[in-house]
Amino acid sequence: MLEQRPDLLPRLGAFARLLHDAGLEAGPRRLTDATRALGFIDLKQRDDFRNALRSVFVSRKEDIPTFEAAFDIFWAPADPRASAGTIPGRSRPLPMAPERAKAWANALGLNMSQMNRENPTEFPASSSGYSAEELLRHKDFEEMTWAETEQVRKLLEQAPWRVAERRTRRLRPSRDGRIDLRRSARHAIRSSGELMTLFRRKPRVRRRPLVLICDVSGSMERYSRLLMIFAHAVARREDLEAFVFSTRLTRITRLLRQRDLDKALDSVSKGVHDFSGGTRIGDAIGDFNRRWARRVLGHGAVVIIISDGWDRGDPAHLTSELIHLRRSAHRLIWLNPLLGSEGYEPLTRGMAAALPHCDDFLAAHNVQALDDLGRLLAGLDTRTSR
Amino acid sequence: MWPGPADRATLVLFLTVTAPATIEDVERRLRERRYIGDRALATSIFLALRLQKPLFIEGEAGVGKTEAAKVMAEVLGARLIRLQCYEGIDLAHAVYEWNYPRQLLHIRLMGEGEDRKTAEREIFSSDFLLRRPLLDAIDNDDPTPPVLLIDEIDRSDEEFEAFLLELLSDFQVSIPEIGTIKARQVPLVVITSNRTREVHDALKRRCLYHWIDYPDLDKEVEIVRARAPEAADGLAREVAALVQGLRGMDLYKVPGVAETLDWARSLATLGATRIDAGLVSATMGAALKYQEDLERVREQVPALVEKAQRA
Repeated sequence: MLEQRPDLLPRLGAFARLLHDAGLEAGPRRLTDATRALGFIDLKQRDDFRNALRSVFVSRKEDIPTFEAAFDIFWAPADPRASAGTIPGRSRPLPMAPERAKAWANALGLNMSQMNRENPTEFPASSSGYSAEELLRHKDFEEMTWAETEQVRKLLEQAPWRVAERRTRRLRPSRDGRIDLRRSARHAIRSSGELMTLFRRKPRVRRRPLVLICDVSGSMERYSRLLMIFAHAVARREDLEAFVFSTRLTRITRLLRQRDLDKALDSVSKGVHDFSGGTRIGDAIGDFNRRWARRVLGHGAVVIIISDGWDRGDPAHLTSELIHLRRSAHRLIWLNPLLGSEGYEPLTRGMAAALPHCDDFLAAHNVQALDDLGRLLAGLDTRTSR
Repeated sequence: MWPGPADRATLVLFLTVTAPATIEDVERRLRERRYIGDRALATSIFLALRLQKPLFIEGEAGVGKTEAAKVMAEVLGARLIRLQCYEGIDLAHAVYEWNYPRQLLHIRLMGEGEDRKTAEREIFSSDFLLRRPLLDAIDNDDPTPPVLLIDEIDRSDEEFEAFLLELLSDFQVSIPEIGTIKARQVPLVVITSNRTREVHDALKRRCLYHWIDYPDLDKEVEIVRARAPEAADGLAREVAALVQGLRGMDLYKVPGVAETLDWARSLATLGATRIDAGLVSATMGAALKYQEDLERVREQVPALVEKAQRA
């Protein structure tokens, strides 16, 4: 069938490039598979053609809408623009990762708004007895200048972060533990079936996955940037799933995976549409419980919620969602930046509702507080009693 | 050569079954076995057979992923080999294990005279090998290549995924004492995942992918009629509509098609031919598995029932 359409191969290649630009994995291997697949189907059946390409090029549910949009654009009937090498007209918006969209915009010569930034200056040496670093560690995020946040970023990158371990079901050789019949027997064969040495094995330990759910609503605005820097620093070293919410919940795990912090923050701010909006913590946690909990809370995850507890929703709703969340997490930690301010009492309705249902309630207003959190995470091995 | 499976005799019966020639053929055969899928799934299955690539099926719990693999085995007249994944699954459970107690016993019975080399050769032979699903799928005498179902791969861990990656590229397994065993015929591999975690891209790249969504009302009714024929037509439609309504609600665990079928069967067992608020409240546990969900739905039962009866 493919022989009848000699024009199809280059077009398929161009389609693969379009998918690649839209963030799908569309390498030569998939292109080969697609070519082979098309050899088996009737190209006149448009749905089969679409289904075949989808099963080859897509391997995640999230990529299906991207694929469908790209397919509609590219294989639109009688669209002369859609020839090899050119970027086809976008009849309907192509859902792309923000950094891809940016690259496309650049390639098309569109003007991207440039971010205005202060020039990072050297951190001023302190005249008091404390080292500059020591001062910075205790300075409230709220009072920091841009230059200082840059310093904090370096501090966070060096922080000795290690999340506590848990026993897995995978076994490894060890001196103690259960008898390893496989090794023991294998050894015994050398001694005519006599079990001379008993080998043992015990469960291997792994670090727990970490889930961060961060409030980026209006009242948290002053802390958002620093907390994102924090999330990025953690994501570089730990198994981290990250979410932000104000009116709704957005997953930012993939956005944070970029090595370059500025690019990562840029993608986050483009990918999250309700930065500095109102807060509905209960709804956000509920959304998390329904859509994400089963996917990211396996393997004994530790959940960290960062919020000041200013909630416009119903406190009873927040309570019931927190109870559910705590049941499916290994440990639930609430970080509140306001806890660092003197004389703060957790009196906001949301905070009062949340407090009894968290395992830990900690401050998160400066580097020192985040270090304390790091220590807590490293020491997590037993559950607090419930 | 290894000894073939014990049930080889029954397999010979299927020798006349041939591989499907077209997508329509796959669709028709699925339907004959009362599996109501869509054309996209039929296309993926067809291509998996033709390209000899594993098929990776994802979808929410209870949409019929495992069932699809089972039906495919029937359709092809092939044996279904199922590997249920779990955390910590390793080669000893998935590929092979030596039968150590038997080996030890054998050595003791051999007596003093025989030398160690002979003894080792004897006990590390196929007689002492416990064959697990993956080895079985690669090394068998089946007349038709078997269907290998790797179920709920998201429950296993990364180490196992890495091993599968290797297996699915070459379809061979090496056993140090025996050597490399290469598949004489490539099995049709179906991998399912509930997406409790993201499976590594490298593994998915080797597979064709298909996402099974919840069916729409008409299709779900069709599924209930096909798989729970004991439910009267009116009941089938109302239960399907009821579950469709529940899926629109804000629940912790949305009921899948498997739950719809359970519910329809439960109601049919109670002799119901229509639904009413009382029956629904009494049997909701067939579809809703969380206390919070049950409570949330309980208040709205009359409204839901009314809506379902109008659908």
